[in-house]
Amino acid sequence: MGYVAVKGGSDAIQNSLELVEFYRLKDTVQPLEIEQIKGQLRLAVDKVMGEGGLYSHEYAAIALKQAEGEVFEAAFIIRAFRTTLQRRFYSETINTRDMFVKRKISASFREIPGGQILGPTRDYSQRILDSSKAIETIEDVKKFVEYFKLSVDENQLQEIIQYGKVIDLLANEGLLKPINPKEDRKLVDITREAIKFPAPRSARLQMLARAETGGLMAMGYSSMRGFGSVHPTVGELRYGQVPVKIKDPSGKIRYIGKIEVTEAEMIASTSVSKKTEMPSYTVGYGLCFGQNDTKVICMGILDTTMRNPDASMPANDQEFVLYHTEGIESMGFTNHLKLPHYVTFQSGLKNIREAIERKTATQTSTSKAE
Amino acid sequence: MVENKKYVNKYNFAFIDEATKKEIRRKLLKAIAIPGYQVPYSSPEMPIARGWGTGGLHVTLAIIGADDVFKIIDQGSDASVNACNLRNFVHDMTGVQTTFDTAEATIIQTRHRITEEELQAHQIFVYQVPQPEPLRGVERYENKTRQMHGEADYAKMWVSLYEQFITHGDIMLGAGYPVKVNDRYIMAPSPIPRWDVPNLNHSKAIHLFGAGREKRLYAVPPHTKVEALEFEDVKFHIENFNGTKCVKTGYHKAFLDELYFDDGSKHFLINDSNFLDKLSENLQPVQHSNPYLNQIEDEKN
Repeated sequence: MGYVAVKGGSDAIQNSLELVEFYRLKDTVQPLEIEQIKGQLRLAVDKVMGEGGLYSHEYAAIALKQAEGEVFEAAFIIRAFRTTLQRRFYSETINTRDMFVKRKISASFREIPGGQILGPTRDYSQRILDSSKAIETIEDVKKFVEYFKLSVDENQLQEIIQYGKVIDLLANEGLLKPINPKEDRKLVDITREAIKFPAPRSARLQMLARAETGGLMAMGYSSMRGFGSVHPTVGELRYGQVPVKIKDPSGKIRYIGKIEVTEAEMIASTSVSKKTEMPSYTVGYGLCFGQNDTKVICMGILDTTMRNPDASMPANDQEFVLYHTEGIESMGFTNHLKLPHYVTFQSGLKNIREAIERKTATQTSTSKAE
Repeated sequence: MVENKKYVNKYNFAFIDEATKKEIRRKLLKAIAIPGYQVPYSSPEMPIARGWGTGGLHVTLAIIGADDVFKIIDQGSDASVNACNLRNFVHDMTGVQTTFDTAEATIIQTRHRITEEELQAHQIFVYQVPQPEPLRGVERYENKTRQMHGEADYAKMWVSLYEQFITHGDIMLGAGYPVKVNDRYIMAPSPIPRWDVPNLNHSKAIHLFGAGREKRLYAVPPHTKVEALEFEDVKFHIENFNGTKCVKTGYHKAFLDELYFDDGSKHFLINDSNFLDKLSENLQPVQHSNPYLNQIEDEKN
């Protein structure tokens, strides 16, 4: 009778949990240390924090360890943990102009204020499997870090300033589309209330910020490749640290720390509907925790597409994009198919069998008549 | 030595923080005040996957108190793996007493079944709902379905039922048969079989529905009219088991599971595990009474 209708569900679960723990540990190697995961699986940790919606490298690392490296699962654990925490404050608006920039590029102009700064990126690495990583030792690690630090001038580090933005150049020239006064600019909190459609931009961007990178990429790519209309240019992509401030009960603004974010401002030309309308550019915006270029670029594309609703293009359809790129929900529902459905199935089965009987009866009576 | 408390898990009673529980309760009150209307709510993430009963859990955890007696079934069974997992979770987070006995429970959470045993006025029945929108099959956009409910514009739904009749000779909806509540809203009763649908009508218990992934709550208050959609000449009917009997008890007036034994032979067994147990032990549980069920009895007599 399989895995249901048996008095043993609890035992089955218990055994399964023990087995999965055994699979995690069966090779009896050194347990991963949280510091190692934080330090060496930086991008996975960033993804878990972003999709989990909680900025904590440490907890994200623990979740990754617990989930045997499955990023979906780890992000899900973090989301569930987040539920147990009360929202006490809303931060003041983060100003990415105050960013301590670690990476800053623009594809729109050859030179930008402060220059192009590649920062840490694999963009121009050759994706050749580096088998020396297999025999890396702590000595190698120390040696490299020492060597690297030698080439850094500590005094210069303090000279780094905040940079102007590429979109400011366009804005000053009047090339950016003016803000639509009719656009719904209401600020909602999607973690506190269910999203309603049509959703204001604040809700859309929040949904995108927690969305699953792969899902966003599929939707963003579809728009560029031909099932959509937006093929933008990277106006500016930044990665770095931004200060977070909150207002305390006395009304004072307090600095509480800094977080790492990636930000994209994607420039696309707007479609002009009336002859009198001036052609202009529009900015699609993306921001997420940690370093994740793909995610913010696709957020930027989808921000633009969703501002131009068009049911014939999936990426331009708010409900389509937002519901289906939410990784935790899509993963959960997809996997719920594994739950028993025999009551629901039986109900449908009765219908189908009766319909077949009716059809057979009609066919027999027709052939008899012939 | 200072104890390291950083990694000690400590959770609020019933897992969810009090402010959010309060929010869910407010939305439930609204749902009860407008029977069948879908109320959007925060739907915080649970440590249970989306689509695995998070909506039901939100409702249960928001309303449960230390004195409650909790029962949970999945596809009619207390022993189903997911029911066990959710029962353990609710128990771990609240410490309340759990039970298999339908009559003893004060809160019954369910996936896809109403118990065969009649529900009483002190009981709350909580449904896990995968898709709260009965109109989703005829209209994909949430924006539009909300408007259709607002205007009680259910033409598309009626046309789809009519089309099914024309194509297949019957309304082909199985589990989750749409109902009209209090002469106003069309509501998805969650994928309970048609067998269970008439038991919602004028029930003594409170019926609360939680759709976690879709972030909607709705309710059928006690003694509320709930009608399955039907035409004057094409009627709603429940699953017909053609006089087949439960292989264990010989009873024929309950929803039956179709089982295949190792030799390939087909058998039927009462689906509701507690009802089956009670019948087997000759405890004579009181069953729901509705015209469809009564008809079966009449035919037999």
